[in-house]
Amino acid sequence: MKILVVCGSGLGSSFMMEMSIKSILKEMGVNAEVTHTDLGSAKAEKADIYVGTRDITSQLEGIGGEVISLKSMIDKEDMKRQLEETFKKLGVL
Amino acid sequence: MSFFKFLMYDVLSVPAVLVGLVALVGLLAQKKSATDCIKGTIKTIMGFIILGAGAGVVVGALNHFSEMFQYGFGISGIVPNNEAIVSIAQKAFGKEMALIMFFGMIVNIIIARFTKWKYIFLTGHHTLYMGIMIAAILAAGGMSGVSLVAVGSLILGSVMVFFPAIAQPFMKDITGTDEVAFGHFGTTGYVIAGLIGKWFGNKEKSTEEMELPKALSFLRDTPVAIAFTMGIIFIISAIAAGKEFTEGLSGGQNYIVFSIIQAITFAAGVFVILQGVRMVLAEIVPAFKGIAEKLVPNAKPALDCPVVFPYAPTAVLLGFLSSFAAGVIGMFILMALGLPVIIPGVVPHFFCGATAGVFGNATGGRRGAILGAFVHGLLITFLPVLLMPVLGNLGYANTTFSDADFGVVGILLGNILKIFVH
Repeated sequence: MKILVVCGSGLGSSFMMEMSIKSILKEMGVNAEVTHTDLGSAKAEKADIYVGTRDITSQLEGIGGEVISLKSMIDKEDMKRQLEETFKKLGVL
Repeated sequence: MSFFKFLMYDVLSVPAVLVGLVALVGLLAQKKSATDCIKGTIKTIMGFIILGAGAGVVVGALNHFSEMFQYGFGISGIVPNNEAIVSIAQKAFGKEMALIMFFGMIVNIIIARFTKWKYIFLTGHHTLYMGIMIAAILAAGGMSGVSLVAVGSLILGSVMVFFPAIAQPFMKDITGTDEVAFGHFGTTGYVIAGLIGKWFGNKEKSTEEMELPKALSFLRDTPVAIAFTMGIIFIISAIAAGKEFTEGLSGGQNYIVFSIIQAITFAAGVFVILQGVRMVLAEIVPAFKGIAEKLVPNAKPALDCPVVFPYAPTAVLLGFLSSFAAGVIGMFILMALGLPVIIPGVVPHFFCGATAGVFGNATGGRRGAILGAFVHGLLITFLPVLLMPVLGNLGYANTTFSDADFGVVGILLGNILKIFVH
């Protein structure tokens, strides 16, 4: 399974979210490849789950994976809850 | 002895290898497996080489732009873009940058460990950009070798704590928590926007009660935004320089087609550099974060500027528009004064202007967002003009550092050095 974290330039914010997601996955015991990139490249990169903050996630719809839209990139509880829901939907959990 | 010489002069003097070693130290400190260490080190070295490769692409387009602008308007035009200037600068200062970045992060951890400022600056690309700018300025001021690296690392480590510290009162307002800090080298502009909001704004009338069209959201796509705005600027310059002159540069290709292709080429170069930067940081930042969290109790991660965007999406757009408007007005003021003209870059205005809008909104509502971002826009238009003379040869690159703190730190540092050296 591949999770792609996306922000405008694919440098800072998406990288921070990637590190948070990796630590959450470790806690949950889920194995997945997590990487980050910019909005433009995301459209050409296949992933099972796309993650971004709500100000950009509308542009991630229709690429062909689940989209997780975060209200805040620092709210780890929300991040964990949404990941859990998506994993259940995909049958991973 | 000959092996030592080989190590010193043939291996450690290659900037890409040095950057790879920084990553390797981080990987080893985290006790990663041998395959992870090898993979991570190679990818980091590759990233640095990609970062440098982008320079060739951006420089070609920038030179064409500069000739057209110069011929058309009779003054020089500068495109502020961090990625472009860093990619050009790494040829001369790659080695110093690698060392300053490495020791700067250590200084950051030491300050956070032993003082009450617990900030750990995690916006790695800004650490890299600031490191290379400091190296260039110290070199232009006459320093070299160990003293350059030592002074540079102390300055870098200090600003990695200083800027999050001055942003924190506003961050608490915006996010409602004191756990997370703000780490982006445009902070001078945001703090000023926050103060302007406080003095002239009205907190009760938030931007978030307003409705703005979403049509501009495509500008969040950085390479597209760069291609789009550079296209407009290239076409204006081509028309000003005239068909004949421009087609002389293009070797006969239609001047409008040439302009559009050059604009997209510049954006493509930035895209390549971004990819390189991402690979350079992929191992270094998590290692820095992991080590810092172990050594600094209650460390506060200082995060990149979009961390505040979801708290006030309307202020993001309003801030961008207001900052960009100031950039355009500032450009005409510079033209009238006959100074090098700073072309309003959509990326600095979008990211930094937007952040200034959020800070202004937090203290002064919509009036705070508009006024604060406007002053920020003027700031990032005029600071680069003062920054370029202290950058040495890099000051002639047709591009320069864009965000406010690079200007503030660079101008201060460059002029302090002048007092000591001359």
